[in-house]
Amino acid sequence: MTLLGYCDRCGEAAGEGDHSACAEARRLEPPRYCPDCRRRMRVQVVPTGWTATCVEHGARHS
Amino acid sequence: MPEILDRARARVLTDGAGLDEAGILEVLRLPDEDLPALLQLAHEVRMAWCGPEVEVEGIVSLKTGGCPEDCHFCSQSGLFTSPVRSVWLDIPSLVEAAKQTAATGATEFCIVAAVRGPDQRLMAQMREGVAAIRAAVDIQVAASLGMLTQEQVDELVAMGVHRYNHNLETCKSYFPNVVTTHSWEERWGTLRMVRDSGMEVCCGGILGLGETVEQRAEFAAQLAELDPHEVPLNFLNPRPGTPLGDRPVVEGKDALRAIAAFRLAMPKTILRYAGGREITLGDLGTKEGLLGGINAVIVGNYLTTLGRPATADLELLKELKMPVKALSATL
Repeated sequence: MTLLGYCDRCGEAAGEGDHSACAEARRLEPPRYCPDCRRRMRVQVVPTGWTATCVEHGARHS
Repeated sequence: MPEILDRARARVLTDGAGLDEAGILEVLRLPDEDLPALLQLAHEVRMAWCGPEVEVEGIVSLKTGGCPEDCHFCSQSGLFTSPVRSVWLDIPSLVEAAKQTAATGATEFCIVAAVRGPDQRLMAQMREGVAAIRAAVDIQVAASLGMLTQEQVDELVAMGVHRYNHNLETCKSYFPNVVTTHSWEERWGTLRMVRDSGMEVCCGGILGLGETVEQRAEFAAQLAELDPHEVPLNFLNPRPGTPLGDRPVVEGKDALRAIAAFRLAMPKTILRYAGGREITLGDLGTKEGLLGGINAVIVGNYLTTLGRPATADLELLKELKMPVKALSATL
């Protein structure tokens, strides 16, 4: 989980509230929200990895 | 030794006949102290009727999200507030995923789409994708595209798809609590068409949807009646935004009891670990399941969630002296 602006699992502000459960869940999940702008990303999971793309901030990879 | 295990030993291990619904329910009700003996018997049944080999498979989502159906466990339904967005996988990436899957030693590669049933666009993608995989990768191609018409069944056979997955998900009596946009009987209809086409039938479901232990036994008996080539066994991984997002995960011992019970219901089928095992069973439970009736695994990631690294499962199989089924053995 990237603790920049937003939690990439739940989309809430990363600096507000407890995101430890999100961090734990992220061990077995790809990110869903862009940590920069909280837009929902287009996420493609394949057997060996994932790619998450924000329309504004580009692609992130596993 | 509980009397049901003696009966199961005679009926299932010796004769190769599955337990009936009442027997499955007795097994599911066994207390924790009988779990080791139950798992041992299920393992003996698997070794006697299936052998030591383990079938390894990779799966990939060709079309993710935006599904019009309301399967209450699924983050890909367009009817819920799930964060999963719609996305299509391009053909070069599909072929690359098949190559990566084959590199693990897997013999099966299943292409999955989140749809009610395929439209013309999806069938065109399948034609192109399956042909590209078959030209580039030595692996068996399976598909899971929802409910089919007879014409679509015939077309998948012509493409060379050898196995079709269509899960009943849960027993007939509980299904309306899980899905309201189509019926259990509609799914059964697709499975009959697939069976009649000569494709192998892959049909399983998810445990932990809120079904009772009686309904779990009902489900195993209904699957046994279908007699599928493969049964993928999932455990609910509650997904944010879905109606079942707050359900508890299945207890590890209940999951192991269910694995053994499904094995005793279907002694000769491929019983595959599918989604949710990581959170329900963890590393230790994964090993116990492989020693309690499981003889196939999905390696690597799932459709929208991540799994254990393929290397972790392959190392475990090596430790257990369970060889990965070779491609030649599946042809």
